[in-house]
Amino acid sequence: MILRTFVALALAALAAGACAPANAALPTNIGIRIHYSRFDQTKIEVPMGVPVTFTLVNDDPIEHEWLIGDEAFHARHRTGTEAVHGDRPNEVSLPPFATKTTTLTFDKPGALTFICHFPQHEAYGMVGVVMVTPG
Amino acid sequence: MRRFLAVLAAVVAALIGTTQPAAACAGLIGPNGAVNLLRTSTFAGYHDGVEHYVTAFKFAGGSGQFGSLIPLPGIPSSVEKGGDWTLQRLIRETTPAKEAVFFRSVGAPLAADAQVILQVRIDALDITVLKGGGAEVGRWATDHGFRLPPAAPEVLDFYAARSPIFLAAVFDADAAKARGQRIGDGTPVHITIPTANPWVPLRILALGKNGEDRIDADVYLLTDQRPALLPYPFANGMRLDHSAPATVSLLTDLRSDKGMDWIPQSGWLTKVAIEASASQLTYDLAVDVKGASPSRVAAGLEAPASAPAPSKPNADTVALVGIALAALGAIVLLRRSQTVSA
Repeated sequence: MILRTFVALALAALAAGACAPANAALPTNIGIRIHYSRFDQTKIEVPMGVPVTFTLVNDDPIEHEWLIGDEAFHARHRTGTEAVHGDRPNEVSLPPFATKTTTLTFDKPGALTFICHFPQHEAYGMVGVVMVTPG
Repeated sequence: MRRFLAVLAAVVAALIGTTQPAAACAGLIGPNGAVNLLRTSTFAGYHDGVEHYVTAFKFAGGSGQFGSLIPLPGIPSSVEKGGDWTLQRLIRETTPAKEAVFFRSVGAPLAADAQVILQVRIDALDITVLKGGGAEVGRWATDHGFRLPPAAPEVLDFYAARSPIFLAAVFDADAAKARGQRIGDGTPVHITIPTANPWVPLRILALGKNGEDRIDADVYLLTDQRPALLPYPFANGMRLDHSAPATVSLLTDLRSDKGMDWIPQSGWLTKVAIEASASQLTYDLAVDVKGASPSRVAAGLEAPASAPAPSKPNADTVALVGIALAALGAIVLLRRSQTVSA
């Protein structure tokens, strides 16, 4: 399990090196690991206006989700009724031990949060911030 | 009486607070994610190298399926319907009451797949004993339609490192209703576990709770002699309520209940009360029935030195009184009947 995680994250890191972003100081390939219901990265800075690929690794035997957006977006999801996500790149469902990638292009600077909205998961600490910075 | 009223109030509050079926001695997560906890009463007795654990799952109305995942110190040799009055008799034994004083004066002596090991149905309760690591058992639970609290992966690993045996109990409320069970009816379960590793998981009681949430539980231990307990001295919400030779009348009454003929002629009764916040419960209760040195690993105070192996029967080994406090502890599971986000 740990090996699989490292391989997935290493591939994400290699991809990051291979694809130089417009703003070379900021990564466009980011690996996020979920272990014991916690994101291993909770503060991430990304460039605006270029595709950013997130590799999401769920190391847990339980389901999680990775939903990124503004406060209004999260307010909707806190009371939402959709069990599984998958049609939108900013809404990723992660079954147990699953690895998924999603690519987003952020068109506005500022902070967005990513949260797992399964019951109790946000309160448990499954929250992170993506800071979008002009290139 | 104050304790009885407290228990009664907790039960009433829980019944009012939820219309869901409940494992009476376990935490319960409702469809909205809220946790309702009934005060738990469980009995763990140890004699001749065998742990006997009795708990009850109560029907609290509603429909659907709820359940608990419980770490065990070893592989059970049997899981069967428990007796009818064991828990009630223990509560009466240690609850101060005028009648007790009167009777005492009359002359009663003071005193990955996870491997499925066993499956049994008891009334409306489906019980599965599993062997596996935290990831395997967690995946089994997820594959069987349950959602565990976010702390479950870490807690499962914590317990699997000590014993890779878990008991999954699923209460089928629809089946309970079909059987004519009424709200408040309990299904007693008697788990027999040959084991040499004493431990009573308490940390698991905090699973699914916020740090300030209250956890109330009563643990009754019956051992051949006065046991040594760890952590000691008691603190952080754990209190010793009773420690004395078991009365002849108690032993006689317990022995007359279904499946309780193993009760010895003499023994030591200990009652440990848990009245703690979830953040206080960072420990388990280790027991040495010979009164020597309980294991710091079993108490959760130290990590195991190496990968665990299931306990094997060994009557010569220092015994255990702990069992995973099945109903007491119990990782709470919830059938995935509701959706979670928009």
